[in-house]
Amino acid sequence: MDLLEFARGPALQVASLIFAAGLVWRLIHIFLIPKKTDISEARFGGEKMGGLRTIFSRFVHHQPFRRRTRNGTLLAYTTHIGLAIIVFGSAPHILFIESFSGLSWTPLPNVVIHVAGALTLAALLTSLGRRLSHPVLKMLSNFDDYFTWLVTTLPVVTGLLAVAHVGARYEMLLAIHILSFNVFLIWFPFGKLMHSFIAIGSRYTTGVTFTRRGARV
Amino acid sequence: MTQATEQYPLDTSEQRLTIREPHPRHDTQGDMTADERLRKAMANFAKDINRTTATYMEACVHCGQCAEACHYYVRTEDPRYTPIWKLEIFKQAYKRENSPFGLFYRALGLKRKVSVEQLGEWQELLYDSCTMCGRCSLMCPMGIDIATLIGQARHGMFEAGLIPDELHAVAQRAREEGSPLGATASVFEDRAEWMADEHDTEVYIDEDEADILVTMSSIEIMKYPNAIGATAKILNALGEKWTFRTEGYEATNFGMMAGNVEWQKHATMKLIDSAIKCGAKLVLLPECGHAYGALRWQGAAMYGKPLPFKVQHVSEFLADVISSGRLKVKKVDQTVTFHDPCQVSRRGGATPAPRVVMEALGLDLKEMVPTGDFNWCCGGGGGVVTIHRADRLRYKVFELKMEQVEATGADTVLSTCSNCRQSYNDAKEHFHWDKTMESLLELVADNLAEEN
Ligand code: SF4
Ligand code: SF4
Repeated sequence: MDLLEFARGPALQVASLIFAAGLVWRLIHIFLIPKKTDISEARFGGEKMGGLRTIFSRFVHHQPFRRRTRNGTLLAYTTHIGLAIIVFGSAPHILFIESFSGLSWTPLPNVVIHVAGALTLAALLTSLGRRLSHPVLKMLSNFDDYFTWLVTTLPVVTGLLAVAHVGARYEMLLAIHILSFNVFLIWFPFGKLMHSFIAIGSRYTTGVTFTRRGARV
Repeated sequence: MTQATEQYPLDTSEQRLTIREPHPRHDTQGDMTADERLRKAMANFAKDINRTTATYMEACVHCGQCAEACHYYVRTEDPRYTPIWKLEIFKQAYKRENSPFGLFYRALGLKRKVSVEQLGEWQELLYDSCTMCGRCSLMCPMGIDIATLIGQARHGMFEAGLIPDELHAVAQRAREEGSPLGATASVFEDRAEWMADEHDTEVYIDEDEADILVTMSSIEIMKYPNAIGATAKILNALGEKWTFRTEGYEATNFGMMAGNVEWQKHATMKLIDSAIKCGAKLVLLPECGHAYGALRWQGAAMYGKPLPFKVQHVSEFLADVISSGRLKVKKVDQTVTFHDPCQVSRRGGATPAPRVVMEALGLDLKEMVPTGDFNWCCGGGGGVVTIHRADRLRYKVFELKMEQVEATGADTVLSTCSNCRQSYNDAKEHFHWDKTMESLLELVADNLAEEN
């Protein structure tokens, strides 16, 4: 078994297993903690709708907060949208998704993927620079922040290298790319990558609480 | 004498060189060993963890954006004032002890054990520099209600005897005497009678039956007693059947702000019992922000079941009776701006109410920028105004308010919270500022139309 077969085969299987088990465990753990029911008299009702609305509305800051948060938001959006374009728009990734889900769609043109890749990498590097230099981010940051950055950036870098055929043989680059993705999968449930699931819960509950009060969410 | 060390750095931004915190960094109450304090702080914090707060603890991505919502950070640019950082040690303890991968964090040494020294250090962050205004909660992209977590952390700090002495003393006094400012039942009765004379109106105390139980804030009773007369005048003009009750007249809840759940419950239950005793259908809360949060949103949880009466902040009540045409007011030719009390507006949802009242009064309202739910806090809430060592920081963040008010060009600032009013007027004196904060309730009472 060569490295590529290993990366695509057993390594990916183990990584996926850890990903799934970790994800389930982390979410179940939260769900096992008892819920506190709010028995105050609601001002208007419609809490559930308010909760659902908040899941989406917090994608964008309220107007008075926008100016001061512009840089961070811009970087976050570039990274997230860039990653989404690369993951769901590039032909090899769609083939990969099809291989386990049966779903497939038309890929985006290569040039779009390449530009997205370059922008994403630039945003990731800028984010790291900001994290290392901005007094607030520097103080807040811990192992999780830096390691998450690393496991997110590695697949982007190795993917770009594989596409450009730079640094090693294509098979080798592809193997490294898949291995780096495996590391990403393994780390996912343990660190802050889980915000992609947990933030749905925290936005929803805050939305419910404050809609109940008739307050802004 | 405190030395200028690394821990107490010299502040060269002032004309007179000074040490930023020339006093011990934190206060302690009770006789406990360091270990005991640590255990109690963490155990009491953990006790409050429910599914919602656990989700909050897990959701933070360390984006740092909440800093930009907090007046303490915005005004000082001190990163320690980043809202979520104020919870760092509790977050660390949660991750280590209670989270799904606690074992893994402990094994890999990813989360160090919190020390009692850190808890002491965090006292300033959890009390002196947080008014629980919830501005950060409204901005966090992950939807984390940081202000609620601060309240929960305060529970832990209180049980560990690690809260600012002044706030402890004020809360204790409230528990023992029924008022944080010495407005005992007999003092209250005296002042209520005085106000009845002054306003030439009837004040009802300890009526056996009433539709409305009226409550006051100690700050009003002692500093702004006209609120008593104003409320009485309005209720009498409406022909309401109302009463104060000497066993439950005081609506502030310093136990809640200090972090003592038992004291919080005690204060809340006095109001609930009084209302039930006189058969009130409505408990009317005074111009006080946190009193509103304590009864309107947390009261039922203290009682253990839904409250058998309605609860309204006086601004909501005024908006209702004015909108329904029951109360008529005269037009007032005045240019004003309005300060939103965080617990009534942003955290309470009653933002439109005072605006309905101001419109009826025909006031020329110049809104602050930002206003309403996004308005900056006065800097005195969450018990901060009681903490003397926090004065300097409080004045510093108050400069934000001064700039906001000045930009409106209005001469008068109106509000519906006596705690905000107290903080404003204290800062006004400090800065020799020419703007005074006045009460919307009193303005209404002074301008009741004849046909009432
Ligand atoms: S804004 Fe929210 S997610 Fe970002 S650091 Fe603050 S608490 Fe964490
Ligand atoms: S609640 Fe208000 S004072 Fe406290 S951290 Fe948040 S923004 Fe700052």
